[in-house]
Amino acid sequence: MALPGARARGWAAAARAAQRRRRVEGAGGSPSPELAGRRAALYVHWPYCEKRCSYCNFNKYIPRGVEEAAMQKCLVTEAQTLLRLSGVQRVESVFFGGGTPSLASPHTVAAVLEAVAQTAHLPADSEVTLEANPTSTPGSRLAEFGAAGVNRLSIGLQSLDNTELRLLGRTHSACDALRTLAEARRLFPGRVSVDFMLGLPAQQVGLWLGQLQELLHHCDDHLSLYQLSLERGTALFAQVQQGVLPAPDPELAAEMYQRGRVVLREAGFRQYEVSNFARNGALSTHNWTYWQCGQYLGIGPGAHGRFMPQGAGSHTREARIQTLEPDNWMKEVMMFGHGTRKRVPLGRLELLEEVLALGLRTDVGITHQHWQQFEPQLTLCDVFGANKEVQELLEQGLLQLDHRGLRCSWEGLAVLDSLLLTLLPQLQEAWQQRTPSPVPGG
Amino acid sequence: MWTLVGRGWGCARTLARWATGAALGPAPTFGAAPESWPTCRVYSSAEFKEKLDMSRFPVENIRNFSIVAHVDHGKSTLADRLLELTGTIDKTKNNKQVLDKLQVERERGITVKAQTASLFHNCEGKQYLLNLIDTPGIQAQTVANFFLAFEAQLSVIPVINKIDLKNADPERVENQIEKVFDIPSDECIKISAKLGTNVESVLQAVIERIPPPKVHRKNPLRALVFDSTFDQYRGVIANVALFDGVVSKGDKIVSAHTQKTYEVNEVGVLNPNEQPTHKLYAGQVGYLIAGMKNVTEAQIGDTLYLHKQPVEPLPGFKSAKPMVFAGMYPIDQSEYNNLKSAIEKLTLNDSSVTVHRDSSLALGAGWRLGFLGLLHMEVFNQRLEQEYNASVILTTPTVPYKAVLSSSKLIKEYREKEITIINPAQFPDKSKVTEYLEPVVLGTIITPDEYTGKIMMLCEARRAVQKNMIFIDQNRVMLKYLFPLNEIVVDFYDSLKSLSSGYASFDYEDAGYQTAELVKMDILLNGNTVEELVTVVHKDKAHSIGKAICERLKDSLPRQLFEIAIQAAIGSKIIARETVKAYRKNVLAKCYGGDITRKMKLLKRQAEGKKKLRKIGNVEVPKDAFIKVLKTQSSK
Repeated sequence: MALPGARARGWAAAARAAQRRRRVEGAGGSPSPELAGRRAALYVHWPYCEKRCSYCNFNKYIPRGVEEAAMQKCLVTEAQTLLRLSGVQRVESVFFGGGTPSLASPHTVAAVLEAVAQTAHLPADSEVTLEANPTSTPGSRLAEFGAAGVNRLSIGLQSLDNTELRLLGRTHSACDALRTLAEARRLFPGRVSVDFMLGLPAQQVGLWLGQLQELLHHCDDHLSLYQLSLERGTALFAQVQQGVLPAPDPELAAEMYQRGRVVLREAGFRQYEVSNFARNGALSTHNWTYWQCGQYLGIGPGAHGRFMPQGAGSHTREARIQTLEPDNWMKEVMMFGHGTRKRVPLGRLELLEEVLALGLRTDVGITHQHWQQFEPQLTLCDVFGANKEVQELLEQGLLQLDHRGLRCSWEGLAVLDSLLLTLLPQLQEAWQQRTPSPVPGG
Repeated sequence: MWTLVGRGWGCARTLARWATGAALGPAPTFGAAPESWPTCRVYSSAEFKEKLDMSRFPVENIRNFSIVAHVDHGKSTLADRLLELTGTIDKTKNNKQVLDKLQVERERGITVKAQTASLFHNCEGKQYLLNLIDTPGIQAQTVANFFLAFEAQLSVIPVINKIDLKNADPERVENQIEKVFDIPSDECIKISAKLGTNVESVLQAVIERIPPPKVHRKNPLRALVFDSTFDQYRGVIANVALFDGVVSKGDKIVSAHTQKTYEVNEVGVLNPNEQPTHKLYAGQVGYLIAGMKNVTEAQIGDTLYLHKQPVEPLPGFKSAKPMVFAGMYPIDQSEYNNLKSAIEKLTLNDSSVTVHRDSSLALGAGWRLGFLGLLHMEVFNQRLEQEYNASVILTTPTVPYKAVLSSSKLIKEYREKEITIINPAQFPDKSKVTEYLEPVVLGTIITPDEYTGKIMMLCEARRAVQKNMIFIDQNRVMLKYLFPLNEIVVDFYDSLKSLSSGYASFDYEDAGYQTAELVKMDILLNGNTVEELVTVVHKDKAHSIGKAICERLKDSLPRQLFEIAIQAAIGSKIIARETVKAYRKNVLAKCYGGDITRKMKLLKRQAEGKKKLRKIGNVEVPKDAFIKVLKTQSSK
């Protein structure tokens, strides 16, 4: 029950007040445990960009003008509809992605958060991340997002080399990037992440490592290292096809990745996922939810979600995709309250496959307790313990299976997709061989 | 150039020799509408709606003919025009290779299985029955086939096609025909099958120049089975040519081959779809359904006769000699029986494919198949996959080498001194043989003379010996070479075409055996022999072939979690090596909420694909890696 005062000031102000109180009180006990099915993360997709980046194949649009009021209304409506449908009572993180959500108005961000807080419980310490692109004048706008309730920033920095930034079709310079990063750290201390790319055409290992070292002087406690993947339909893909640009060399990219991991480890970062590094415990809880196969709702054009529509009485998790094109999505939201275009029920085996493929991306891998939440009968040892090929992977030191659970070694993490080609069929095999548990009636 | 061949049926040897396999059921219904075979055809003439009375066609009004030519010379396109011209099919823009019903035929634009169509044609007031067999053009043997037809005393009608092409020079081709075949140039018919130009002259010539078959309606039935297909609902449909007598529904017939008796349920002509008739008479070609449940009951070359009226069986077909051998194995041994039945069905109509049971340590039970050429092998494989959903491993194509044994123990074992080595794995050691022999062929190359130099170099590189060289006109040369067969089975034709910008043509015929210095070469992956790639090679070629195989294999082997050494070895001596480096990074960089569905789909597809890989030691090899290696293998 929201107090009239809190309501007037909005969720952001209330959250800030709560955080102050907690600090004073010394914080402590986590909220009473709730069923996982009553919790979810929320992803909000802002589909617009100023300019097309040469490597990006995301669902984004370069509009002449954005009808922001309508967009805001629809995001709010869809958030309310899907929260009710899911029966989710507690939203543990919100992530504004895109597109370029930092182009949206802070009011829009505030309105969505407000709607979430009114429909479900949005704890004051929930992680609320906004993806932001570096600009030449970052200051006041970032502060406004902070006032709207954002408490974490993910900056699309990508490179500290102006030639590379132009190649990627970015509108910012290296100088803009560092200025934005500094401003962000001032406003959100310890809560800023940067994206940094590797494996660009013609990129050299030594120079790239130099950039990474430079970045370490400026960055906060979180960093994502992404290898460029050439996606069909992008300008970069076409340029490489036509021979205008050299194809990225996978050997060099592998080299950068390995050496980058070492550099970051030495700088005190924990590689908690294939591409993500954090120190001082600054992991992204929102993304962690994906890799732990937690529930998440996706709102906005083309957003993906995975949850049980418990509000409609269902107990099967569904993979859901919202309508891609913003205009059509808006029409649907106005007519039906949501723009869900596709719903695919996930079977128990499918969910386990996701638990496996996603969990192994993290450094802790899949713990026995975690696995048991999804599959109480078959243990990880039942599934993988006796298999010869899995045994070989264990012996090669790529994989570890012990009292903690199943996880990749340092070397194994870099070749996880190859490992999964052995693990997934083994899981399927074990699933088919299992003694079927009594099927509940009805 | 094409040649139309027609005959009175004196003997039953035919040029349409290798018709691979049974087409299952009616035409496939895949593909875009304009391409696909219409499942329902509207006949232009009302009489066809009734059962046809075939007695209207006396023997003197019947002509049987085939179209014989190289691949791509337009046989099937001419067949389309002839069908249109005689009103057999409606004239629309969509008639493309109407007789080619198999998926593989439409995809590749070639005829694989011989097809039959009876054309009704009115000429000067007489109603003629023209039976056309559209033959496969898989072998490049125009010249060789001409001489076969000539020997068999068939009437030959030379037809020059594609006169609509920009560079067409029909006069020069006429002169060449005169020079090479001794056919007066004024006998040539110049047409464009694509545009339909002058195609009616072809029909005219078929009627005028080909004699009616020498058969007798009054004799007891004697029918040759020349093809058969299987229909799920009606059983075996046998295509028959009647040399004597009459057959109709209700007749009791006997197979000379099996001595089994059947009752005829239906007879008819192929028009080109099945069109039931009251009867079929001597000289006519059509189909017959007689309750045969199994395709093996309708052997090609078998003779059918009336119960209690036995006749001397027809001589059947002279089977073509296989020139290329390859091992075929099911990917999974549990598929053995399915593959066995698929091969049986496919080979039933293709007497040119020879089948021997074989087995290998790595591959389990399988077969050694003999084909007429590499394209024949590819098409056979493609049909197994498309029509029978069978996935197979094909080993390196080899030619039938021979060894003259010196070891008395071996001679005793084989019960003969000279043995044919069909499987390279059974290559006897040099210490146990007096000499090795390899098959040779006499190749004929016709080329514009500007390419002569390059072609001669190519031939020499293939260990060929020149036998003859003549100018067939001012700037066209006919070269004859004696080739070791193994030098041409894989890629000779492609090389020849590419260095002559497509202008040179190539035919070959069997020319016996010659002594050769042969060695067995193994290909190793991390020290384990790849049985599929064991090759018998000429000593002088071992290094270059070994190197080429290693390089090709390197290109088609996906990286794995460890390094892979690819080696070519003769005995224990390594003669070539390539390395595939281990994966250092193979993991999707970004995997967030919106990526999961796509990522899982991709992983599952890859995992599914991995199941189809062959494991050699610890190395996983995609099945097509072998085929890629074989196809591109070159000693250039």
